[in-house]
Amino acid sequence: MEMGWRWDFTIEILPQMAIATLNTILAAGVGYAIALIVGLFFLLGQRTPFRIINWINREIVEFIRSTPLLIQLFFVYFVLPQFGITLSAWICGMITIGLHFGTYLSEVYRGALEGVSKTQWEACRALNFSTLYTYRRIVLPQAFPIAIPGMGNYLVGIFKDTPLLSTIGVAELFHAATAVGGYNYRYLEPYTLVGIIFLTLSIPAAMWVRKLENDVNKAQGKIKK
Amino acid sequence: MNEHGVTLLLGTVTTIKVLVCSMILYVIISMIFGLMRLSKNLAIQGIATVYIEFFRGTSLLVQLFWAYYVLPFFGISLEAFTAGVVALGLNFGAYGAEIVRAGILAVPKGQWEAAHALNFTPTKRIKRIIIPQIFPIILPPAANLTVELLKATALVALVTVVDLTFEAKQINSITWLSAQCFGTALLIYYIIARFALVPFLRWLEVLAARKVGKDRI
Repeated sequence: MEMGWRWDFTIEILPQMAIATLNTILAAGVGYAIALIVGLFFLLGQRTPFRIINWINREIVEFIRSTPLLIQLFFVYFVLPQFGITLSAWICGMITIGLHFGTYLSEVYRGALEGVSKTQWEACRALNFSTLYTYRRIVLPQAFPIAIPGMGNYLVGIFKDTPLLSTIGVAELFHAATAVGGYNYRYLEPYTLVGIIFLTLSIPAAMWVRKLENDVNKAQGKIKK
Repeated sequence: MNEHGVTLLLGTVTTIKVLVCSMILYVIISMIFGLMRLSKNLAIQGIATVYIEFFRGTSLLVQLFWAYYVLPFFGISLEAFTAGVVALGLNFGAYGAEIVRAGILAVPKGQWEAAHALNFTPTKRIKRIIIPQIFPIILPPAANLTVELLKATALVALVTVVDLTFEAKQINSITWLSAQCFGTALLIYYIIARFALVPFLRWLEVLAARKVGKDRI
Protein backbone atom coordinates (compact mmCIF):
# COMPACT_ATOMS: atom_id res chain seq x y z
CA MET A 1 0.00 0.00 0.00
CA GLU A 2 1.23 3.40 -0.92
CA MET A 3 2.03 5.58 2.07
CA GLY A 4 1.48 9.29 2.30
CA TRP A 5 -1.20 11.57 1.01
CA ARG A 6 -2.50 10.90 -2.52
CA TRP A 7 -4.03 13.90 -4.23
CA ASP A 8 -5.50 12.02 -7.18
CA PHE A 9 -7.41 9.78 -4.79
CA THR A 10 -8.57 12.81 -2.82
CA ILE A 11 -9.94 14.48 -5.92
CA GLU A 12 -11.52 11.25 -7.06
CA ILE A 13 -13.55 10.85 -3.86
CA LEU A 14 -14.35 14.53 -3.46
CA PRO A 15 -17.71 14.56 -5.35
CA GLN A 16 -18.94 11.61 -3.31
CA MET A 17 -17.96 13.31 -0.09
CA ALA A 18 -19.64 16.54 -1.16
CA ILE A 19 -22.96 14.79 -1.73
CA ALA A 20 -22.65 13.01 1.60
CA THR A 21 -21.95 16.37 3.26
CA LEU A 22 -25.34 17.57 2.07
CA ASN A 23 -26.89 14.53 3.74
CA THR A 24 -25.07 15.36 6.97
CA ILE A 25 -26.36 18.93 6.87
CA LEU A 26 -29.87 17.67 6.13
CA ALA A 27 -29.69 15.20 9.02
CA ALA A 28 -28.46 17.88 11.40
CA GLY A 29 -31.15 20.32 10.26
CA VAL A 30 -34.04 17.87 10.53
CA GLY A 31 -32.74 16.48 13.83
CA TYR A 32 -32.43 20.00 15.20
CA ALA A 33 -35.95 20.95 14.10
CA ILE A 34 -37.36 17.88 15.86
CA ALA A 35 -35.27 18.57 18.95
CA LEU A 36 -36.56 22.15 19.14
CA ILE A 37 -40.14 20.88 19.20
CA VAL A 38 -39.49 17.94 21.52
CA GLY A 39 -37.77 20.37 23.88
CA LEU A 40 -41.01 22.37 24.08
CA PHE A 41 -42.92 19.28 25.12
CA PHE A 42 -40.42 18.44 27.85
CA LEU A 43 -40.65 22.07 28.97
CA LEU A 44 -44.44 21.78 29.15
CA GLY A 45 -44.10 18.60 31.20
CA GLN A 46 -41.84 20.47 33.55
CA ARG A 47 -44.15 23.44 34.00
CA THR A 48 -47.52 21.72 34.36
CA PRO A 49 -48.98 22.06 37.86
CA PHE A 50 -49.29 18.28 38.24
CA ARG A 51 -46.55 16.92 40.49
CA ILE A 52 -46.69 13.42 39.04
CA ILE A 53 -46.16 14.65 35.49
CA ASN A 54 -43.31 16.88 36.67
CA TRP A 55 -41.68 13.93 38.32
CA ILE A 56 -42.10 11.52 35.40
CA ASN A 57 -40.89 14.20 33.04
CA ARG A 58 -37.79 14.85 35.11
CA GLU A 59 -36.93 11.16 35.37
CA ILE A 60 -37.30 10.68 31.62
CA VAL A 61 -35.13 13.72 30.91
CA GLU A 62 -32.50 12.52 33.40
CA PHE A 63 -32.47 9.06 31.88
CA ILE A 64 -32.11 10.26 28.31
CA ARG A 65 -29.47 12.79 29.28
CA SER A 66 -27.28 10.35 31.16
CA THR A 67 -27.21 7.50 28.67
CA PRO A 68 -25.18 7.41 25.46
CA LEU A 69 -26.78 8.53 22.21
CA LEU A 70 -25.11 5.60 20.46
CA ILE A 71 -27.00 2.94 22.45
CA GLN A 72 -30.20 4.94 22.20
CA LEU A 73 -29.76 4.77 18.44
CA PHE A 74 -29.27 1.02 18.57
CA PHE A 75 -32.22 0.68 20.90
CA VAL A 76 -34.62 2.54 18.62
CA TYR A 77 -33.25 0.91 15.50
CA PHE A 78 -33.26 -2.69 16.72
CA VAL A 79 -36.08 -2.74 19.26
CA LEU A 80 -38.90 -1.04 17.38
CA PRO A 81 -39.04 -3.78 14.71
CA GLN A 82 -39.64 -6.29 17.54
CA PHE A 83 -42.90 -4.50 18.16
CA GLY A 84 -43.76 -4.57 14.50
CA ILE A 85 -42.67 -1.00 13.81
CA THR A 86 -40.11 -0.98 11.04
CA LEU A 87 -38.71 2.44 10.32
CA SER A 88 -35.90 3.38 8.01
CA ALA A 89 -32.49 4.18 9.49
CA TRP A 90 -33.05 7.83 8.59
CA ILE A 91 -36.27 8.11 10.55
CA CYS A 92 -34.88 6.19 13.52
CA GLY A 93 -31.85 8.46 13.57
CA MET A 94 -33.92 11.62 13.39
CA ILE A 95 -36.27 10.47 16.17
CA THR A 96 -33.39 9.54 18.45
CA ILE A 97 -31.44 12.73 17.88
CA GLY A 98 -34.62 14.74 18.32
CA LEU A 99 -35.41 13.04 21.63
CA HIS A 100 -31.84 13.15 22.93
CA PHE A 101 -31.20 16.80 22.18
CA GLY A 102 -34.80 17.74 22.98
CA THR A 103 -34.00 17.03 26.64
CA TYR A 104 -31.02 19.38 26.44
CA LEU A 105 -33.03 22.07 24.71
CA SER A 106 -35.80 21.86 27.32
CA GLU A 107 -33.11 22.74 29.88
CA VAL A 108 -32.05 25.68 27.73
CA TYR A 109 -35.65 26.88 27.52
CA ARG A 110 -36.13 26.44 31.23
CA GLY A 111 -32.97 28.35 32.04
CA ALA A 112 -34.02 31.15 29.73
CA LEU A 113 -37.50 31.43 31.28
CA GLU A 114 -36.02 31.43 34.76
CA GLY A 115 -33.56 34.05 33.62
CA VAL A 116 -36.38 36.53 33.19
CA SER A 117 -36.72 38.47 36.41
CA LYS A 118 -39.67 37.57 38.62
CA THR A 119 -40.60 41.22 38.95
CA GLN A 120 -41.50 41.21 35.26
CA TRP A 121 -44.23 38.67 36.02
CA GLU A 122 -45.40 40.68 38.97
CA ALA A 123 -45.53 43.85 36.90
CA CYS A 124 -47.66 42.08 34.27
CA ARG A 125 -49.91 40.79 37.01
CA ALA A 126 -50.28 44.32 38.33
CA LEU A 127 -51.13 45.56 34.85
CA ASN A 128 -53.72 42.81 34.55
CA PHE A 129 -52.15 41.22 31.45
CA SER A 130 -53.35 37.74 30.58
CA THR A 131 -50.86 34.88 30.94
CA LEU A 132 -50.69 34.44 27.19
CA TYR A 133 -50.09 38.13 26.62
CA THR A 134 -47.44 38.17 29.34
CA TYR A 135 -45.61 35.31 27.68
CA ARG A 136 -45.93 36.68 24.18
CA ARG A 137 -45.09 40.33 24.73
CA ILE A 138 -43.06 40.44 27.92
CA VAL A 139 -41.44 37.16 28.93
CA LEU A 140 -40.54 35.43 25.67
CA PRO A 141 -38.89 38.47 24.06
CA GLN A 142 -36.65 38.66 27.12
CA ALA A 143 -36.10 34.92 27.42
CA PHE A 144 -35.14 34.48 23.78
CA PRO A 145 -31.76 36.23 23.89
CA ILE A 146 -30.85 34.20 26.97
CA ALA A 147 -31.70 30.99 25.08
CA ILE A 148 -29.81 31.89 21.89
CA PRO A 149 -26.30 30.77 22.89
CA GLY A 150 -27.54 27.46 24.29
CA MET A 151 -29.73 26.79 21.27
CA GLY A 152 -26.90 27.61 18.91
CA ASN A 153 -24.45 25.43 20.77
CA TYR A 154 -26.75 22.44 20.48
CA LEU A 155 -27.17 23.02 16.76
CA VAL A 156 -23.40 22.70 16.44
CA GLY A 157 -23.54 19.80 18.91
CA ILE A 158 -26.08 17.90 16.82
CA PHE A 159 -24.03 18.55 13.71
CA LYS A 160 -20.99 17.00 15.36
CA ASP A 161 -22.98 13.99 16.56
CA THR A 162 -24.40 13.13 13.14
CA PRO A 163 -21.48 10.74 12.40
CA LEU A 164 -23.06 8.40 14.94
CA LEU A 165 -25.89 7.90 12.45
CA SER A 166 -23.46 5.99 10.25
CA THR A 167 -23.56 3.13 12.78
CA ILE A 168 -27.15 2.34 11.85
CA GLY A 169 -26.49 2.88 8.16
CA VAL A 170 -27.55 6.44 7.44
CA ALA A 171 -25.61 7.52 4.38
CA GLU A 172 -24.10 10.69 5.80
CA LEU A 173 -20.57 12.00 5.49
CA PHE A 174 -18.86 9.63 7.87
CA HIS A 175 -20.67 6.66 6.43
CA ALA A 176 -19.48 7.65 2.96
CA ALA A 177 -15.90 8.01 4.21
CA THR A 178 -15.97 4.56 5.79
CA ALA A 179 -17.45 3.05 2.64
CA VAL A 180 -14.91 4.72 0.36
CA GLY A 181 -12.09 3.83 2.73
CA GLY A 182 -13.15 0.22 2.96
CA TYR A 183 -13.55 -0.09 -0.80
CA ASN A 184 -10.10 1.28 -1.57
CA TYR A 185 -8.30 0.15 1.59
CA ARG A 186 -7.30 3.74 2.19
CA TYR A 187 -8.58 5.56 5.25
CA LEU A 188 -6.11 8.44 5.41
CA GLU A 189 -7.76 10.71 2.84
CA PRO A 190 -11.46 9.98 3.52
CA TYR A 191 -11.24 10.42 7.29
CA THR A 192 -8.99 13.45 7.02
CA LEU A 193 -11.41 15.00 4.53
CA VAL A 194 -14.27 14.38 6.94
CA GLY A 195 -12.32 16.20 9.65
CA ILE A 196 -11.58 19.13 7.35
CA ILE A 197 -15.20 19.36 6.20
CA PHE A 198 -16.40 19.34 9.79
CA LEU A 199 -13.93 22.06 10.73
CA THR A 200 -14.87 24.27 7.80
CA LEU A 201 -18.54 23.97 8.66
CA SER A 202 -18.59 24.02 12.44
CA ILE A 203 -16.13 26.83 13.13
CA PRO A 204 -18.07 29.37 11.01
CA ALA A 205 -21.29 28.04 12.55
CA ALA A 206 -19.92 28.60 16.04
CA MET A 207 -18.78 32.10 15.05
CA TRP A 208 -22.21 32.83 13.61
CA VAL A 209 -23.85 31.75 16.87
CA ARG A 210 -21.55 34.10 18.78
CA LYS A 211 -22.44 36.95 16.42
CA LEU A 212 -26.15 36.21 16.71
CA GLU A 213 -25.81 36.29 20.47
CA ASN A 214 -24.24 39.75 20.28
CA ASP A 215 -26.78 41.02 17.79
CA VAL A 216 -29.77 39.90 19.83
CA ASN A 217 -28.27 41.39 22.95
CA LYS A 218 -27.70 44.66 21.16
CA ALA A 219 -31.21 44.68 19.73
CA GLN A 220 -32.53 44.16 23.24
CA GLY A 221 -30.46 47.08 24.43
CA LYS A 222 -28.53 44.87 26.78
CA ILE A 223 -24.81 44.93 27.30
CA LYS A 224 -23.31 41.48 27.17
CA LYS A 225 -22.53 40.14 30.59
CA MET B 1 -29.03 -14.69 30.12
CA ASN B 2 -26.64 -15.59 32.95
CA GLU B 3 -23.56 -15.97 30.82
CA HIS B 4 -24.49 -12.75 29.05
CA GLY B 5 -24.80 -11.08 32.42
CA VAL B 6 -21.15 -11.87 33.12
CA THR B 7 -20.16 -10.58 29.69
CA LEU B 8 -22.00 -7.34 30.28
CA LEU B 9 -20.35 -6.99 33.67
CA LEU B 10 -16.90 -7.43 32.12
CA GLY B 11 -17.82 -4.84 29.54
CA THR B 12 -18.89 -2.49 32.31
CA VAL B 13 -15.47 -2.89 33.96
CA THR B 14 -13.80 -1.90 30.68
CA THR B 15 -16.13 1.07 30.34
CA ILE B 16 -15.18 2.25 33.83
CA LYS B 17 -11.49 1.77 33.01
CA VAL B 18 -11.86 3.87 29.87
CA LEU B 19 -13.78 6.48 31.86
CA VAL B 20 -11.18 6.76 34.64
CA CYS B 21 -8.18 6.87 32.28
CA SER B 22 -9.70 9.45 29.96
CA MET B 23 -10.93 11.49 32.94
CA ILE B 24 -7.40 11.77 34.33
CA LEU B 25 -6.04 12.64 30.90
CA TYR B 26 -8.66 15.27 30.16
CA VAL B 27 -8.27 16.97 33.54
CA ILE B 28 -4.51 17.31 33.03
CA ILE B 29 -4.93 18.57 29.45
CA SER B 30 -7.65 21.03 30.51
CA MET B 31 -5.39 22.54 33.14
CA ILE B 32 -2.41 22.89 30.84
CA PHE B 33 -4.30 24.32 27.87
CA GLY B 34 -6.59 26.44 30.01
CA LEU B 35 -3.51 28.15 31.45
CA MET B 36 -1.82 28.34 28.05
CA ARG B 37 -4.90 30.03 26.63
CA LEU B 38 -4.40 32.87 29.10
CA SER B 39 -0.67 33.19 28.49
CA LYS B 40 0.65 36.57 27.47
CA ASN B 41 3.00 34.85 25.05
CA LEU B 42 1.16 34.93 21.71
CA ALA B 43 2.77 31.73 20.42
CA ILE B 44 1.69 29.72 23.46
CA GLN B 45 -1.77 31.25 23.35
CA GLY B 46 -1.99 30.52 19.63
CA ILE B 47 -1.08 26.86 20.07
CA ALA B 48 -3.76 26.47 22.74
CA THR B 49 -6.37 28.23 20.59
CA VAL B 50 -5.63 26.08 17.55
CA TYR B 51 -5.77 22.93 19.66
CA ILE B 52 -9.06 23.90 21.29
CA GLU B 53 -10.74 25.03 18.05
CA PHE B 54 -9.55 21.94 16.22
CA PHE B 55 -10.81 19.41 18.74
CA ARG B 56 -14.06 21.25 19.40
CA GLY B 57 -14.67 21.79 15.72
CA THR B 58 -14.42 18.19 14.57
CA SER B 59 -16.53 15.29 15.67
CA LEU B 60 -15.29 12.96 18.40
CA LEU B 61 -16.06 9.92 16.28
CA VAL B 62 -13.92 11.30 13.46
CA GLN B 63 -11.05 11.92 15.86
CA LEU B 64 -11.43 8.43 17.27
CA PHE B 65 -11.33 6.80 13.85
CA TRP B 66 -8.48 9.03 12.84
CA ALA B 67 -6.46 7.96 15.88
CA TYR B 68 -7.19 4.30 15.29
CA TYR B 69 -7.27 3.89 11.51
CA VAL B 70 -5.23 6.77 10.13
CA LEU B 71 -2.33 7.12 12.56
CA PRO B 72 -0.92 3.74 11.47
CA PHE B 73 -0.33 5.40 8.08
CA PHE B 74 2.19 7.58 9.84
CA GLY B 75 3.77 4.62 11.57
CA ILE B 76 1.99 5.18 14.89
CA SER B 77 -0.07 2.12 15.74
CA LEU B 78 -2.05 2.56 18.92
CA GLU B 79 -3.89 -0.21 20.66
CA ALA B 80 -7.67 0.27 20.50
CA PHE B 81 -7.88 1.06 24.20
CA THR B 82 -5.06 3.60 24.03
CA ALA B 83 -6.45 5.22 20.89
CA GLY B 84 -9.85 5.49 22.57
CA VAL B 85 -8.50 7.03 25.76
CA VAL B 86 -6.23 9.44 23.89
CA ALA B 87 -9.00 10.61 21.55
CA LEU B 88 -11.45 11.04 24.44
CA GLY B 89 -8.86 12.82 26.56
CA LEU B 90 -7.85 15.20 23.78
CA ASN B 91 -11.43 15.95 22.78
CA PHE B 92 -12.73 16.58 26.28
CA GLY B 93 -9.51 18.35 27.22
CA ALA B 94 -10.38 20.99 24.64
CA TYR B 95 -13.80 21.57 26.19
CA GLY B 96 -12.30 21.42 29.69
CA ALA B 97 -9.63 23.98 28.81
CA GLU B 98 -12.35 26.51 28.07
CA ILE B 99 -13.95 25.79 31.45
CA VAL B 100 -10.59 26.26 33.20
CA ARG B 101 -10.00 29.50 31.31
CA ALA B 102 -13.43 30.84 32.28
CA GLY B 103 -12.79 29.74 35.87
CA ILE B 104 -9.48 31.57 36.10
CA LEU B 105 -11.05 34.71 34.65
CA ALA B 106 -13.84 34.45 37.22
CA VAL B 107 -11.45 34.71 40.18
CA PRO B 108 -11.88 38.25 41.51
CA LYS B 109 -9.22 40.68 40.35
CA GLY B 110 -8.50 41.69 43.91
CA GLN B 111 -7.00 38.26 44.51
CA TRP B 112 -4.46 38.80 41.76
CA GLU B 113 -3.67 42.26 43.02
CA ALA B 114 -3.34 41.07 46.60
CA ALA B 115 -0.98 38.29 45.56
CA HIS B 116 0.96 40.86 43.58
CA ALA B 117 1.06 43.25 46.52
CA LEU B 118 2.41 40.50 48.75
CA ASN B 119 5.21 40.03 46.24
CA PHE B 120 4.37 36.43 45.30
CA THR B 121 6.20 35.09 42.28
CA PRO B 122 3.95 34.50 39.22
CA THR B 123 4.19 30.73 39.69
CA LYS B 124 3.31 30.93 43.35
CA ARG B 125 0.51 33.33 42.56
CA ILE B 126 -1.10 30.85 40.18
CA LYS B 127 -0.36 27.78 42.27
CA ARG B 128 -1.23 28.97 45.74
CA ILE B 129 -3.80 31.70 45.22
CA ILE B 130 -5.61 31.29 41.92
CA ILE B 131 -5.79 27.53 41.30
CA PRO B 132 -7.29 26.62 44.69
CA GLN B 133 -10.00 29.20 44.14
CA ILE B 134 -11.03 28.08 40.68
CA PHE B 135 -12.25 24.66 41.80
CA PRO B 136 -15.57 25.75 43.27
CA ILE B 137 -16.16 27.71 40.06
CA ILE B 138 -15.16 25.10 37.51
CA LEU B 139 -16.44 21.95 39.20
CA PRO B 140 -20.16 22.32 38.35
CA PRO B 141 -19.55 22.72 34.58
CA ALA B 142 -16.78 20.12 34.76
CA ALA B 143 -19.26 17.71 36.35
CA ASN B 144 -21.57 18.11 33.37
CA LEU B 145 -18.66 17.54 31.04
CA THR B 146 -17.67 14.39 32.92
CA VAL B 147 -21.15 12.92 32.54
CA GLU B 148 -20.83 13.71 28.83
CA LEU B 149 -17.50 11.87 28.91
CA LEU B 150 -19.13 8.78 30.39
CA LYS B 151 -21.63 8.82 27.53
CA ALA B 152 -18.90 9.40 25.00
CA THR B 153 -16.96 6.34 26.19
CA ALA B 154 -19.61 4.30 24.37
CA LEU B 155 -18.00 5.41 21.11
CA VAL B 156 -14.78 3.48 21.79
CA ALA B 157 -16.79 0.34 21.06
CA LEU B 158 -16.68 1.42 17.41
CA VAL B 159 -12.89 1.13 17.35
CA THR B 160 -13.16 -2.41 18.76
CA VAL B 161 -12.64 -1.71 22.46
CA VAL B 162 -14.60 -4.44 24.19
CA ASP B 163 -16.65 -2.23 26.50
CA LEU B 164 -20.26 -2.31 27.62
CA THR B 165 -21.60 -1.02 24.30
CA PHE B 166 -19.48 -3.49 22.34
CA GLU B 167 -20.73 -6.40 24.45
CA ALA B 168 -24.34 -5.26 24.18
CA LYS B 169 -24.01 -5.12 20.41
CA GLN B 170 -22.31 -8.50 20.37
CA ILE B 171 -25.01 -10.13 22.47
CA ASN B 172 -27.65 -8.52 20.28
CA SER B 173 -26.16 -10.10 17.18
CA ILE B 174 -26.12 -13.53 18.85
CA THR B 175 -29.49 -13.58 20.57
CA TRP B 176 -31.48 -10.83 18.82
CA LEU B 177 -32.97 -9.95 22.17
CA SER B 178 -32.50 -6.29 21.32
CA ALA B 179 -34.82 -4.79 23.91
CA GLN B 180 -33.21 -6.75 26.72
CA CYS B 181 -29.55 -6.27 25.89
CA PHE B 182 -29.65 -2.62 24.82
CA GLY B 183 -32.13 -1.87 27.59
CA THR B 184 -29.79 -3.39 30.16
CA ALA B 185 -26.84 -1.49 28.74
CA LEU B 186 -28.77 1.78 28.93
CA LEU B 187 -29.71 1.01 32.53
CA ILE B 188 -26.11 0.25 33.48
CA TYR B 189 -24.93 3.56 32.01
CA TYR B 190 -27.73 5.30 33.83
CA ILE B 191 -26.85 3.68 37.14
CA ILE B 192 -23.16 4.53 36.77
CA ALA B 193 -24.02 8.13 35.97
CA ARG B 194 -26.76 8.71 38.51
CA PHE B 195 -25.56 6.72 41.48
CA ALA B 196 -21.78 6.71 41.18
CA LEU B 197 -20.37 9.46 38.99
CA VAL B 198 -22.74 12.29 39.89
CA PRO B 199 -22.58 11.71 43.68
CA PHE B 200 -18.79 11.55 43.42
CA LEU B 201 -18.66 14.85 41.52
CA ARG B 202 -21.09 16.46 43.99
CA TRP B 203 -18.82 15.34 46.82
CA LEU B 204 -15.86 16.95 45.05
CA GLU B 205 -17.84 20.18 44.70
CA VAL B 206 -18.64 20.25 48.41
CA LEU B 207 -15.03 19.45 49.23
CA ALA B 208 -13.72 22.22 47.00
CA ALA B 209 -16.18 24.72 48.43
CA ARG B 210 -15.18 23.83 51.95
CA LYS B 211 -11.48 24.21 51.11
CA VAL B 212 -11.94 27.86 50.26
CA GLY B 213 -14.16 28.42 53.28
CA LYS B 214 -17.54 28.31 51.56
CA ASP B 215 -19.75 25.85 53.29
CA ARG B 216 -22.50 26.18 50.77
CA ILE B 217 -22.11 26.26 47.06
